[in-house]
Amino acid sequence: MRKAAFPLLAIAGVLFMTAPLVIARARYESTMGLVQKIFYFHMPPAMLMLLSAIFCGIVSAMFLVKKRPALDWMAYAAAELTVLYGAMAMVTGPLWARKAWGVWWVWDARLTMSLLMWMVFVSYLLLRRYGGAGSEILAAGLALFGMATAPFVYLSVNIWRTIHPLTSVVPTLPVDFALALWYSFAGFLLMYIALMMLRMSVEQQRAMLDRLYLESDE
Amino acid sequence: MSTFWRVVWIVARKDIAIEARSRELINTTVFFALSCVVVFSVSFVGEGGDGKALGDAAAGILWIAIAFSGTLALGRTFERERYGDTLRALLLAPGSRAAVYVGKLVGIVSLLIATEIVVVPLVALLFQAKLFDHFLLMAALLVLGTVGFASVGTLFAAMLARARSRDVLLPILLYPVTIPVMIAGVRGTSALLALEPQLDMARLWVTLLLAFDVVFVTLSLWTFEALMTE
Amino acid sequence: MKIIHLSLFLLMNAALLAQPGQSEFQPVTEIPASEQLPSAPLVIAAYAFVWLAFVAYGWVMWRKLGQVEQDLNTLAAQLAKKRP
Repeated sequence: MRKAAFPLLAIAGVLFMTAPLVIARARYESTMGLVQKIFYFHMPPAMLMLLSAIFCGIVSAMFLVKKRPALDWMAYAAAELTVLYGAMAMVTGPLWARKAWGVWWVWDARLTMSLLMWMVFVSYLLLRRYGGAGSEILAAGLALFGMATAPFVYLSVNIWRTIHPLTSVVPTLPVDFALALWYSFAGFLLMYIALMMLRMSVEQQRAMLDRLYLESDE
Repeated sequence: MSTFWRVVWIVARKDIAIEARSRELINTTVFFALSCVVVFSVSFVGEGGDGKALGDAAAGILWIAIAFSGTLALGRTFERERYGDTLRALLLAPGSRAAVYVGKLVGIVSLLIATEIVVVPLVALLFQAKLFDHFLLMAALLVLGTVGFASVGTLFAAMLARARSRDVLLPILLYPVTIPVMIAGVRGTSALLALEPQLDMARLWVTLLLAFDVVFVTLSLWTFEALMTE
Repeated sequence: MKIIHLSLFLLMNAALLAQPGQSEFQPVTEIPASEQLPSAPLVIAAYAFVWLAFVAYGWVMWRKLGQVEQDLNTLAAQLAKKRP
């Protein structure tokens, strides 16, 4: 699995290196100016955080039913990547907000729920790390709760009055904006897949190591 | 179906009977909740002479006290089970595990409601907060909020009963998931405590709490079976 | 003839000058210079954070992978010694 990760990493790296060029070619937004360019590195990780949370929940549910270790590795990797991408979204967001809204943070529905969902997956990681034996089962249950919050995070801007832009912004983007956005998104997505493969291969090797230790004791 | 409710009743009655005899949990939980209220009051009551709390502080303090004392009560309920090694016995017992879950939930909700019966009037007194003007709405907020919090809490506490670092892991896992319930409780309570009580806002929050409760109890019931493997 | 040309010329200029000058410029491909400076550090910080986060995570993964590989190799060597 590790072998497959490297070409993906390379492609993702190329995409990231060239993304600024595509982003610079997009026009400026009329009211926000230069700072709106953060959008191209804010929306993809935010969207992928939500998708990753849902993916983690689905894989965790499958793990609870089938108990295959590979599913557990996938869930663990997905949770780590949810936290990573969530951190990116929640650092780039306030940097943009400082200029666009005048404040670093507001407790509106979208930001609060994103933070809570992110914290659920951080607590997932803490549980896996410090919970001792058997914590992967409980963590899988926790991931289900995390997944349940994801749709609410997405729809929160449409349901409540928030300062955050609505979900209608992305489908109605002008062409050059859309090109830059989806180009960046492709980079983030490929990076996600590559990192997940790397992470899973770490777990796979560890499981092999444990098995060999057990065998060597006999 | 009737065996389900019989198991629920037996499990709940066991917990309540143990509690009624020693009153350990109820006494310590109530006193801890009161300590919380005092600590937070000292932090949030304005300096001015009238001693009125800042803004929505009374509502917030009430729900924080419920959350903190609830977390401790959850931990110690299952500590009791772990100590007596009765958890395995409960799970081996005939009858669905979901019934065991609901029975434990009933016990914990009863404990928390009993705590709130003491703490809520005290908060009303200390903050001159008119918590009883709209008693039904206030009771609905408290009961639904407690059920929402306890439903997830019972699940996690049961799972963690034999885990390492369970004392600190319970709040770490529980709070992010149940903060929406807390938010709804606090917002609903402060709507009732406003200078002109906003009853329809409070009713909105009650409805939202009901939705949370349905989702959380259902999800917890589904996962309890799968998570309690031994 | 000259009078007609002259009057046409004057009329044309009058028409041009009578129009209101552009009262606002809606910049889409350019932005006023005052906007650029405060935004740049924020944009740079945002992009830098994303890159650094990826690098940090990738590096941690790489080290973990290396560690596990090393453990596997030492264990394999031990096993080979046991079974001659």
